Amino acid sequence: MTESTTTRVSDAADYFTLGDAIADTKAPHDVSVPQMWEERKAHANLVNPANRRKIKVIMVGTGLAGASAAATLGEAGYHVESFCYQDSPRRAHSIAAQGGINAAKNYRNDGDSVYRLFYDTVKGGDFRSRESNSWRLAEVSASIIDQCVAQGVPFAREYGGLLDNRSFGGVQVSRTFYARGQTGQQLLIGAYQALERQVAAGTVTTHTRHEMLELVVVDGVAKGIIVRDMVTGEIETHLGDAVVLATGGYGNVYFLSTNAMGCNVTAAWRAHRKGAYMGNPCYTQIHPTCIPVSGENQSKLTLMSESLRNDGRIWVPKKKEDCAKDPRDIPEEDRDYYLERIYPAFGNLVPRDIASRQAKYMCDDGRGVGPEVDGVRRGVYLDFADAIDRLGLEAVKTKYGNLFDMYKQITAENPYELPMRVYPAVHYVMGGLWVDYDLESNVSGLFVAGEANFSDQGANRLGASALMQGLADGYFVLPYTIANYLAHPAERIDESHPAVVEAKQAVEERINHFLTVNGTRSVDSYHKELGHLMWEYCGMERSKEGLTHAIESIRELKADFWKNVKVLGTADTLNQSLERAGRVADFLELGELMCIDALNRRESAGGHFRAESQTPDGEAERIDEEFAYVAAWEWGGEDGHTPVLHQEALSYEAIEMKARSYK
Amino acid sequence: MKIKLKIWRQPNAGTKGAMHDYDLAEVSEDMSFLEMLDLLNENLNEQGEDPVAFDSDCREGICGTCSLMINGQAHGPDVATTCQLHMRSFKDGDTITVEPWRAEAFPVLKDLIVDRSAFDRIIQSGGFISANTGSAPEANNLPVEKAKADRAFDVATCIGCGACVAACPNGSASLFVGAKITHLGELPQGQPERDMRVVDMVAQADYEGFGGCTNIGECTAACPKEIPQDVISQLNKDLRTAMKHGH
Repeated sequence: MTESTTTRVSDAADYFTLGDAIADTKAPHDVSVPQMWEERKAHANLVNPANRRKIKVIMVGTGLAGASAAATLGEAGYHVESFCYQDSPRRAHSIAAQGGINAAKNYRNDGDSVYRLFYDTVKGGDFRSRESNSWRLAEVSASIIDQCVAQGVPFAREYGGLLDNRSFGGVQVSRTFYARGQTGQQLLIGAYQALERQVAAGTVTTHTRHEMLELVVVDGVAKGIIVRDMVTGEIETHLGDAVVLATGGYGNVYFLSTNAMGCNVTAAWRAHRKGAYMGNPCYTQIHPTCIPVSGENQSKLTLMSESLRNDGRIWVPKKKEDCAKDPRDIPEEDRDYYLERIYPAFGNLVPRDIASRQAKYMCDDGRGVGPEVDGVRRGVYLDFADAIDRLGLEAVKTKYGNLFDMYKQITAENPYELPMRVYPAVHYVMGGLWVDYDLESNVSGLFVAGEANFSDQGANRLGASALMQGLADGYFVLPYTIANYLAHPAERIDESHPAVVEAKQAVEERINHFLTVNGTRSVDSYHKELGHLMWEYCGMERSKEGLTHAIESIRELKADFWKNVKVLGTADTLNQSLERAGRVADFLELGELMCIDALNRRESAGGHFRAESQTPDGEAERIDEEFAYVAAWEWGGEDGHTPVLHQEALSYEAIEMKARSYK
Repeated sequence: MKIKLKIWRQPNAGTKGAMHDYDLAEVSEDMSFLEMLDLLNENLNEQGEDPVAFDSDCREGICGTCSLMINGQAHGPDVATTCQLHMRSFKDGDTITVEPWRAEAFPVLKDLIVDRSAFDRIIQSGGFISANTGSAPEANNLPVEKAKADRAFDVATCIGCGACVAACPNGSASLFVGAKITHLGELPQGQPERDMRVVDMVAQADYEGFGGCTNIGECTAACPKEIPQDVISQLNKDLRTAMKHGH
C-alpha cells in the first residue's frame, strides 16, 4: 500500500495498491434521501422522440434487468441491439427464482411502507449498501407490480380476485408477491414477451447464441462490444451510443452453485479489464437450504425455497455415531435443533448467512448427515414431521407439494416420510461492477443493471429482493438515467477504428491460444479445482491464512491453465469447450480478486464472515470505523501488477447504523 | 453401472449426421442424465474426440433449454425435463438412444442441439399483452376471478422447451400456441388483443413449418409441465370466434 487512510495495515497489503477515493456524483445530495429520485428525474436530460430512433443502445443479457430495459427503451423509440448466450431470451437465469418479489404496496395494511422496505434492505445488507440506491429500489417497487399485472403475469390471487401476499425472509410484514414457486419464470416471461413485442415493432433486434467477449473503449468511453456467434464462430463488432451490461452474477466461480451452467462473469470481467471498477467482489450469498452434493460428478446444485423454513425444523444428531442412522430411529432427546437452541427468538427463520454458517459448523463438528463426500457428511435435516402432525399431510402438500416433488425427483427420497437433507450453496452475488446512482460505471457510457452491478443489496440480500432489483433497474431506473446520457452522446466510431481492430484481434488471439495449447487437462477440471478453492477458503467462513493460501493456489492454477488446457475442435463451429475455456479463464482472475477483497475486508458483514472478526459468542462483528466503504477495484494489469483499491465511503442519514443482532 | 449409448452426431446443419456408439462405465445412479453425458464428454476430450454438443442451462427443470429424445421419448421416460432425469431410471447394461428434437421447424445445429427460434417468432407475432412501461394502472384496480387466475397460471408454466413439437407425429406447435392463447385469454388484460393474437400466432406457426393438430395427444404426454391438451380446444375456439368477428 502506498498510502493508508485506515488505522492498521490491511491483511492484503501485499496484494494491492491503494488509489484515490471514489464517490457517487450523480445522486442529488442537496436534497434528503427520500427526495433524491424525484429530484434526479426532474433535472435529467431528455431525448426528443424523433431523435431516439437514431440512437443505438447495446444491451447484453436478457434476464429481468436486460429484457425489461430493452423492451422499455424500445417502447420509447430507441434502437436496441439485444444479446444473450442462450438460444432464446426467455431462458435467462432469472427464470429459476422461486420465492417471490417484494413491493411496498401495503395491501395487507400491516404497516408496510417505502421506508420499511428500505430499512429492511439496508439492515439486511448489514449497512454495506448505498443508501440512496436502496431507497430508490423500495420507492419504485410498487410500480413493478402494476407493470407486471398489466402484462398478464399470473400472480397468486385471493378468492376476492385481488393479489395475494406472503411473508418472506423473516421480515415482519407480508409484502412478497408470488406466482406459486415460479415467480421468476412468470416475471421473466412477462418481460420477454414485452421484448419480443418490440422485436416485432422493429425497435429491438435480438442476437441469441451470441456471447460478448470484449468491450470497446475509447478514451474512457464505451463504444461497443465484440461478440462471438456461438453457432458459426464468427467474431462480430457491434457499436452503439451506450452499452448496458445486464449479465447477471458470477456465482459459478465456485463451480457448484444454484446458477445455470452458462452463467459467467466474462462480459463484466472484460469490462473490468477495460477500466470498469469491480465493487465488493467478495460479497457472496450462500443459501442455507439447497439439496446437498451427492458425488464428484455433480454439475450443479438445486435450491429448495426459503419458505420451507417457515414450517420445517432444522436439526442434526447430538452424537456423531448417530449420523449414519435412519433419522426416524433417533429419539427426540438425541436431536440437536441447533438454530432453535442458539437463536431462540428467530429459531429456524434466522437470515440466510447465519443459517448457512451454523450448518457448516455442525458438519465441521462431524455431526452432518447423508452420504460421505470426500470423507465428510455435508447435510443437515429439514424435518416436516412436526408440521405434518400439526397441520395434516394435505395442508403440507398444498403448501409445499411442488418443492417436495422436486426433492424426490433429485434424491429419490420421500420427504413426507424422511426428513429432507439440505446444505448451503452459492446462490447469488451482491458484488458486481461499480455503478453510480445513474447505474453508470466509471467507464462513461457503460451502464450495469441487475445482479451484475453491486449497489443495492449491500453485504447480504434479503429474500425476494433480487427480482425486485432486476425489474426496478430495467423498467424504472435505467430508462431515465440512460436518456440523460444519450441526450449528449459521445462521438461515434466505425469498425476501422484502432480500438475496434485491437479488441477484435485480442479476442481472436485468445481463441486461437485455447485451441492450440493442446495440453492435458479439460476446462472443467480447472473449473472444479478453482471451485473447490473458492468454496473452501472464500465461502461461508474466511480467514487470513486460508485466503492467502487460496490466492497463491489460484495463481498457480491460472498459470497451469494457460499452458496445459486441452480444448478440441475449431473456432468456426459450435464449440462448447471453447466457450467454457474463455469463461473459466475469466473466473480464475475473478477468483483471485474476490480473495484479495475478502482478505482486505478484515471484518464480518452479511455473507462475508471473517474468522478473525467475531464477537465472544461467535457472531459476526462488523467494524464500521474501518470498513464502512465500498471496495471498488481497478484492474491492475497482467501478472505482476496488483489491483488498485478505490474506497467509496458509506454514510447513512435516513437510517441509523446499528449492529445486526438476531439473538 | 455400465451403459451403451447410441448418440446422433452431426457436425453442423449442412452435413448429414449418423448414430455413433459409445460405452460408458462408472455411471452412478445418483447422476443426472446430463451429468452422465458430461462424464462421456470428459472421456471423449481425454481421447481427443470432439465432445457431444447438447443444450442445457439451469439444470433444475425450469429454463427449457435441455432437449433430448431418449429412447424415442421427448425428455425420456419421466414426466420431467431431461435435466431432471436421473440414471436410477436405467439399469446396468442398458442401451440408451439419444437424439435431438426431430421436427422440420427445429433444424439441427450440431449433434443434439436444435434451433428453436421459431418459438420466439411465434411470440413476436402476438404472444403478449401490449402494455408500455409506465402506463399500467394500479394492480388491484382489476380483480381477477381466482379460478381464472389459477387456470392462467397453470398454462403459463410452459417453458418453451419444444417437447410437444418433438413428440408430435405432425410436428405441430399447437400445445405451445394454445398454452399462450389460454394464459393471456383467461385474463381481463388479455381481452383487447385476443382475436388478433390467435390469428397471428397460428399464421406464424404455419409459416414456420409446424404441422397441424390431429388430436393425437403425444404433446401433452411428453410435456414436462403437464400442459393439458384442452388448451388446443381453446385455441380452436378462439380462432373460430376471431373468424366470426371478421378476422
